[in-house]
Amino acid sequence: MEYFAGKYDVLVVGAGHAGCEAGLASARMGCRTCVLTLNMDNVALMPCNPAVGGPAKGHLVREVDALGGEIGLNTDRHSIQMRLLNTAKGPAVHALRAQADKKSYQAGMKQVLERQPLLDLKQATVERLLVEKGKVCGAVTSTGARFEAEAVVLTTGTYLKGRIVIGDLSFPGGPNGQFPSVGLSDSLIDLGLRLGRFKTGTPARVDAGSIDFSRMIIQPGDDITHNFSFMSDIDHREQLPCWLTYTNEETHRVIRENLYRAPLYTGAIQSMGPRYCPSIETKVVRFSDKPAHQVFIEPEGRNTSEMYVQGMSTSLPEDVQLAMLRTLPGLEKVEIMRVGYAIEYDYLIPAQLTLWLAVKEIPGLFAAGQINGTSGYEEAAAQGIMAGINAALYVKGREPFTLTRADAYTGVMIDDLVTKELDEPYRMLTSRAEYRLLLRQDNADLRLTEKGYQIGLVTAERYKMFERKKTLVEEEKNRLERTMVPVSGEVKKVLEQMKSAALPQQGASLAGLLRRPEIGYEQLLQLPLEHPELPPEVREQVEIQIKYEGYIKKQQAQVERFRRMEEKKIPYDLDYSQAQGLSLEAREKMEQVRPVSIGQAARIAGVTPADISVLLIHLEQKRRRQTTRQD
Amino acid sequence: MLGLKNYLAGGLNLLEDTIAAISTPLGEGGIGIVRLSGPAAFDIAKKIFRSKKKEWSAAEGHRLVYGHILDPAGQIVDEVLLGYMKAPHTYTREDIIEINCHGGIVPSKKILELVLSAGARLARPGEFSLRAFLNGRIDLAQAESIIDIIRARTETGLKLAVAQLNGSLSRKILELQDRLLGLLAQVEANIDFPEDDLEAATGQELLRTVGELLEQVEDLIRGAQAGKIYREGIRTIIIGRPNVGKSSLLNALLRENRAIVSDIPGTTRDIIEEMINIGGIPLKIIDTAGLHETENIIEKIGMEKTREMINRADLVLVVLDAGRELVAADLDIIGSVRDKKAVFLVNKDDLAEKKISVEELDVLAAGRPVLWVSAKEETGLDELEEKIFEMVMGGHLSGTDDALVTNTRHKQALEAAQRHLTDAVAELKKKVPVDVAAIDIRAAWEALGEITGNTVTEDLLDRIFADFCIGK
Ligand SMILES: Nc1nc2c(ncn2[C@@H]2O[C@H](COP(=O)(O)OP(=O)(O)OP(=O)(O)O)[C@@H](O)[C@H]2O)c(=O)[nH]1
Ligand SMILES: [Mg+2]
Repeated sequence: MEYFAGKYDVLVVGAGHAGCEAGLASARMGCRTCVLTLNMDNVALMPCNPAVGGPAKGHLVREVDALGGEIGLNTDRHSIQMRLLNTAKGPAVHALRAQADKKSYQAGMKQVLERQPLLDLKQATVERLLVEKGKVCGAVTSTGARFEAEAVVLTTGTYLKGRIVIGDLSFPGGPNGQFPSVGLSDSLIDLGLRLGRFKTGTPARVDAGSIDFSRMIIQPGDDITHNFSFMSDIDHREQLPCWLTYTNEETHRVIRENLYRAPLYTGAIQSMGPRYCPSIETKVVRFSDKPAHQVFIEPEGRNTSEMYVQGMSTSLPEDVQLAMLRTLPGLEKVEIMRVGYAIEYDYLIPAQLTLWLAVKEIPGLFAAGQINGTSGYEEAAAQGIMAGINAALYVKGREPFTLTRADAYTGVMIDDLVTKELDEPYRMLTSRAEYRLLLRQDNADLRLTEKGYQIGLVTAERYKMFERKKTLVEEEKNRLERTMVPVSGEVKKVLEQMKSAALPQQGASLAGLLRRPEIGYEQLLQLPLEHPELPPEVREQVEIQIKYEGYIKKQQAQVERFRRMEEKKIPYDLDYSQAQGLSLEAREKMEQVRPVSIGQAARIAGVTPADISVLLIHLEQKRRRQTTRQD
Repeated sequence: MLGLKNYLAGGLNLLEDTIAAISTPLGEGGIGIVRLSGPAAFDIAKKIFRSKKKEWSAAEGHRLVYGHILDPAGQIVDEVLLGYMKAPHTYTREDIIEINCHGGIVPSKKILELVLSAGARLARPGEFSLRAFLNGRIDLAQAESIIDIIRARTETGLKLAVAQLNGSLSRKILELQDRLLGLLAQVEANIDFPEDDLEAATGQELLRTVGELLEQVEDLIRGAQAGKIYREGIRTIIIGRPNVGKSSLLNALLRENRAIVSDIPGTTRDIIEEMINIGGIPLKIIDTAGLHETENIIEKIGMEKTREMINRADLVLVVLDAGRELVAADLDIIGSVRDKKAVFLVNKDDLAEKKISVEELDVLAAGRPVLWVSAKEETGLDELEEKIFEMVMGGHLSGTDDALVTNTRHKQALEAAQRHLTDAVAELKKKVPVDVAAIDIRAAWEALGEITGNTVTEDLLDRIFADFCIGK
């Protein structure tokens, strides 16, 4: 029996990291929003490792935060350890990584959703989408509840037709002992959407009480307290350490001897897994000359003995998992609490989406997160907020909101997803970003908060803080450029101490000194001059902007040229079959992707410069025909 | 053509750059025109052109000015007539410069290289017409023909580029690109996976390797095929069994009696080298001792040397005797040039009785040209010269000269790579973080990708995951 269960502006299907951000963004932009979750206890679940951030992923978290999202704030509130990685490298790749308390992270996020005005959170399994006259208009659950909505955001993660594989065992299931979502997958196919299939895996969770930590290397968090969010003011946090141990010849022997039972090698798993997250069996086979692989033991929270065994993701049978773990120093007597597994799932081939994450062929339908073939909480959250924003804008009849490759990692990711073909789950990496020096984690607010404010997601409070920071940075940069350091005995001494060359006769500006490799902002403060009291994030910003000015300008010039290509628009409904001279491959690819600009068209694999030239001619032909018609 | 992604990602602009190309058919003694179109055309011309008329570009409209093209060292490259045409009353509706230079390919080519280093970009196939159309200079009716030009030129261009990929320059570029990629992969793997125990490249190590690679790039630029051809000529070697008429052929091509000719097999003992000029292309032509089975130590050494010369040759002329059947020694010779650019010359066409099997030879030539000549009667030599010219020019004597353009493209890419690597070295010396220097290294790689058509991100990721055991 079907019954009417409510009418909303935006319906979000799934309450993982994408769903939470999508729902919050939509409600915060003033849309009546309903978020449906398969299981009320699994909101914002972290079914894989209990960590947020790292290179590129940390950038995404900062970007979501700068737009007014929640992942950064919630991680700050529920972190049990943070480290800033890559500090020996340049600021563009500094990366914050946090261990989260899984349960408390979930509870915290759930409460944020519960307290969010205009947002209802409900437990339900969506069976099929409602589509009328080609437009989405709601969804029906397995219990017959009919939710009506103008826009629907699919954020179903890895649940679509999920299949769990552990050794020779295989059964339908979602991550972490959940039910899979079967009906929805078929419903999407019925709507004419194309699905692909990916695989990912997770290691066993083991009991801290059975581990001998004295045989492992301790990995503490940083002494300095970090925060992801530009809004967080947490200045102290009790931290828990992680632990490092290594596999050895014995481990590898156990694995090799049992390969005949490994689904990845017996052919029981056919779908593509991610190369950046190989199972331990893959690592042992592919890098057979490596005598040891590192394994991190990470706490899953403050109130649990469960430890995550990072580096040992596997789908080997349960008995082999135990045998191999027990070969590691410190794990000789280890007890498994949850066994590792591989999961196969359906994903929506993301070429069917627009740059604002709308399903091209079905107005009102949006998709975000792992359903789009990505992996990672951060990737999910960043798509979630974009899909939520755009669902809200769609309901309000406003222009879509997009980010380009020059704006944000989020922009790089979505452009990649909709333009390129995936052959493994997509993970954000700094090497994917062309304009890395501009897309830093430290300036995510400077890049995005203004935009977030304009679409009505960033609060007045955040915006005020942001404006203040921006002003301070500009003022301090000006001051450094203007202030001349006089040539004096005292200055000479200070410079000598820093092993920096003496000043030229005419002196030098503070900015000039800051450009010297050996001098940072901290060092400037030692000079006998007056210095303003400034918050650390302002100092950092000033230092980076001045020190890397040359490179930043170089990249900005490239971005200028990039933008010009992005500005040459291609109409969405262009009839590519009318563009004579296009190669067949280019035509097919472009019809699929429907690039919005010449720049995007050029990024499609298989499209050549000749195709682009021909396309330009075709667009010009069209334009001229239209103008003559109007005359 | 190849490498659009890099082309755009590298910041090159399809429509706003100033483009340049050689725009007339090239030939011996003919006038070559180097044409520039785009906003910087005048500025670029000013950098390399000197005239007695000081303010030569001040006047409006169209003018022809007499003057000289100078290279950066101030040396005169050629005496030219420079035509300048102000937008919008030009073919492309952009500022256009046309440099009319004397004498064949060499100066035109040199001038093209000068304008490229001065900031122009090599025009893509049909790009002048494309601009003319997009800027409203050409009417709708002709759009189709422009598409045809772009398509056709691109196809042949592509074939050429692929053909050239087998050349040694391209092989070296590929090797270089591979090393750059390996280096980048190491740096990038460390950035993206800092918690994996990967070997990190320090700034010092990076500096050393990048410096090394920069030297290689510079070597390549110095030795780039196009340049070499004009300095040293195309190495063309004449081989064949004794007494087939190799020395006679050399004399005929030289139009003088340079080599001794006799009916005694084994007349030529040593290698003879001479320069000739075919349609403006210098050829270094090499006559060799006839190849055959022998026990004679001295002959053996001579033949060994010939084999070595074959390897180093750009073009092989295999001479066969029309009056004799193909024998084992001929087959050996043909086999030894399996992978070379070669022309098969059936000499002594004047003989009444022909014994050579045409069918067999056609098979053995494997698609390469077979020509009938007579060194004695000097027949078939024009066809031979034409064939050689065609092969050098990539088979396209009209329109832009594609073979040279492809080479120029290689060189331009190498020069771009050189600039980026020089930047990287300079910055690394200033101790910038490795991830920042990686931006320049990546740009260098992308510049080379213009030739090989690879895209950086995918290749880089493939390399990272192939080289390093990564992942949690
Ligand atoms: N009829 C005729 N005879 C030719 C022709 N070309 C060369 N000959 C004769 O062939 C003989 C050998 O000519 P060479 O040019 O010395 O031959 P080669 O291949 O250099 O011989 P080696 O140096 O001994 O290997 C001479 O008697 C030439 O006159 C030709 O086109 N027609
Ligand atoms: Mg001879």
